[in-house]
Amino acid sequence: MSAETTSTVARVLKPTILILIAVVAIASRLFSIIRFESVIHEFDPWFNYRTTQHLVKNGFYEFWNWFDEKSWYPLGRVVGGTVYPGIMVTSALIHNVLHFFNFPVDIRNVCVFLAPMFSGLTAFSAYLLTKELKDSSAGLLAAAFLGVAPGYISRSVAGSYDNEGIAIFLLVFTFYLWIKAVKTGSAFFGLLTALFYFYMVSAWGGYVFITNLVPLHVFTLLLMGRYSNRLYVSYSTFYAVGTLLSMQIPFVGFQPTRTSEHMAALGVFGLIQLFAFAELVRGYVSPKQFKTLLRSGIVAVGAVSVVGLTLLSLSGVIAPFTGRFYSLYDTGYAKIHIPIIASVSEHQPTAWTSFFFDLQMLIFLFPAGVYLCFKELKDEHVFIILYSVFASYFAGVMVRLMLTLTPVVCVSAAIAYSTLLDTYLEKSEHVLASNLKGIQAQSSVTDTPASNTPATTTTEAKAGGKKAAGKGTPAKTVTKAAESESKTHAKTHSDKKRYPIFNWDSRAMVIVQLTWFLFMFAWHCTYVTSGSYSSPSIVLASRQADGSQVIIDDFREAYYWLRKNTKEDAKVLAWWDYGYQMAGMANVTTLVDNNTWNNTHIATVGKAMATSEEVSYEVLRQHDVDYVLVLFGGVIGYSGDDINKFLWMIRIAEGVYPKEVKEVDFFTPRGEYKVDHEATPTMKNSLMYKMSYYRFAELYGGNAVDHVRGARMPAEGPTLSVLDEAYTTENWLVRIYKVKDLDILGRDLKDATAFEKGKVRKTSLLKRK
Amino acid sequence: MEEIKSASSSLLASYFKDTPKSLKLIDSYMVYVLLTGLIQFVYVVIAGTFPNNAFLAGFISTISAFVLAANLRMQTNPKNASQFPTTSPERAFADFLACNLVVHFAVANFLG
Repeated sequence: MSAETTSTVARVLKPTILILIAVVAIASRLFSIIRFESVIHEFDPWFNYRTTQHLVKNGFYEFWNWFDEKSWYPLGRVVGGTVYPGIMVTSALIHNVLHFFNFPVDIRNVCVFLAPMFSGLTAFSAYLLTKELKDSSAGLLAAAFLGVAPGYISRSVAGSYDNEGIAIFLLVFTFYLWIKAVKTGSAFFGLLTALFYFYMVSAWGGYVFITNLVPLHVFTLLLMGRYSNRLYVSYSTFYAVGTLLSMQIPFVGFQPTRTSEHMAALGVFGLIQLFAFAELVRGYVSPKQFKTLLRSGIVAVGAVSVVGLTLLSLSGVIAPFTGRFYSLYDTGYAKIHIPIIASVSEHQPTAWTSFFFDLQMLIFLFPAGVYLCFKELKDEHVFIILYSVFASYFAGVMVRLMLTLTPVVCVSAAIAYSTLLDTYLEKSEHVLASNLKGIQAQSSVTDTPASNTPATTTTEAKAGGKKAAGKGTPAKTVTKAAESESKTHAKTHSDKKRYPIFNWDSRAMVIVQLTWFLFMFAWHCTYVTSGSYSSPSIVLASRQADGSQVIIDDFREAYYWLRKNTKEDAKVLAWWDYGYQMAGMANVTTLVDNNTWNNTHIATVGKAMATSEEVSYEVLRQHDVDYVLVLFGGVIGYSGDDINKFLWMIRIAEGVYPKEVKEVDFFTPRGEYKVDHEATPTMKNSLMYKMSYYRFAELYGGNAVDHVRGARMPAEGPTLSVLDEAYTTENWLVRIYKVKDLDILGRDLKDATAFEKGKVRKTSLLKRK
Repeated sequence: MEEIKSASSSLLASYFKDTPKSLKLIDSYMVYVLLTGLIQFVYVVIAGTFPNNAFLAGFISTISAFVLAANLRMQTNPKNASQFPTTSPERAFADFLACNLVVHFAVANFLG
């Protein structure tokens, strides 16, 4: 094939491959729809879905000014000013465009399929980004990796209608535009970066990552003595336009001028102005005079900034760091100071296995890619290095931030992988022929270990070991080739002296292994996606002993019951995890939800759950609560139930009501958290315990076993006097209780219940004493 | 001190001698914008930031006007032509206009 036909073929192939990658990326996210149905997943997506419905129904203006009185009863919530509206506006826009062209698509389906669609775009932007760093073949690899990497799929399966679904695309694309801007020094690309940064700010709180990484890149380049006018143009355009645009989002507001998270960007902006000015002056005076001017300039600027900063921090203009931010730097911070942050499982530190679980072979190609970036070390490679260092750190601190690490891992793994392919698939044989004599000596060395190694590859571990053994000498050759390449970089292509690997056996060995890794990777990704990340979590699936699947649909059963059987303004108290789902599915008024903006209110709910009936009844009456909802997994062994979350409720409540709720009282003297007959009196009297185990013993005829905690329950279950059981779902997963009205005869509710049960004498006896 | 004086005087002299007229025009615009920004800043120090969004809109509009003019200056400076191989002076001006359009759209929205 001539060079011309090759390039024509490549021109056709590249878009085809990219489209196929996008198709694969979308298709691999559809497991949950095929297995279950087209539903919105989990918790936060339900809020996004509800607000999107509101936006589509009432228009943008109404949405912007929406005061939601159905959440955080009795406080309410200003929705327009406390959301990142990006995802809702995006899907409403798609919905309206489709309807304009008479495609009557339901808004629910737009929401369900939004994240998979955007994952296709993410793959494309990974291609663009990597193309800027190496070449288009590495770009294609990066696109393929990012398309199916479980670390990204975990947040973007169909139905997972959350900010991250579009934010990762925006993150990668903004970084691509930034690198493009730095390379070309064009204000236009700076502007585009700022515009996409704005889109990112409107979509996800993770925009702070961009606000800090880009200035850090600029700062590092300045330290490396790489100031250029291109850098000035791109950064100052990005910062000036981007900051102003980001302040248009009400939720962000004035933060970019106040909080410390945004100060680094501002500082670097000031710094680069000084650099530009110095550069300007340098052009006009002799070096010696420039030195004197520079020295006096530095002294003046230093003095002014020290005085200014001291004044600002003393007068309190610069706000202190926020808690979520602290917990990034000091992993122990949240656990000690803010239980509400620590209680969210996605804010926990990452277990090391999940790096491999989420990224598989990419995780060991990743350092190699970073190393290759060090070797090139152009401006854009510095960016990737910084990105990888910081994203790795943050991914280690918080599980959720695995998401920001995944793109850079894919990009640098693609660089490493494609460098390997370049070396071992060197196609220009005429180059080889001309250099044959020079290589002869080395090739004889290369031959020996390659032919000695047996060719079978059975297990991965074996393959890895063999790779190391077989690669010993060829690796040396590669380095030599690379060295000579860098030496002759300035010369023309024909002059280039390269020493590629050209023995078919040593080539084949590496190529076969790499291909094998690719197969393993694809297999692993599919396995992880289908096994771990495709459960909607509002519908559960379990397998019976004979292998048949059972769908457990208790959540929707309970919410549907609430929707149909309660009056329109019924207030339902439940732990905050279920707030968004209740609002979205049951359309009831909730006291707390996943927004968690008011810690005191959450602590009040925790107190209602953790205290005895009398105390908690008062709390319930004060907040006009009609129903109380708890999750109980003891029957089917669902471990994410409320008794297991109970300790967090206690901790959060103790933070606000230290006198009424004490964590210590819930532990046995031996420091155990028990629910069976050894449970402490405080535990047994708490409303949560009573609601969970009410009539549980009866279900098994007094021989009940809690399947989650493996505890044998006492034969006599707890009694309830302030609540009536209203509804319990098929598998007992959700239990709803109705709060009793005050007794019509003015008695204590406990006495009244006792009276109904015919225990009059006992109560009256007690009273007489 | 003496050195600084002589250095700055030679700086000024060579500036007036070596700078093309178009760049001087941009420079005067930048000085004007800088002064506008300073006036706003002094006003805020004296009178307080009460309509904070109006102040920020005004102040940031001057900052971005300054910075964008600086971009234009760098990109049209014949000395820097080698650093911006893809940007012609006309292109630079178009970029300048586009950026200003976006910025002042946001400023108008933010004035409140």
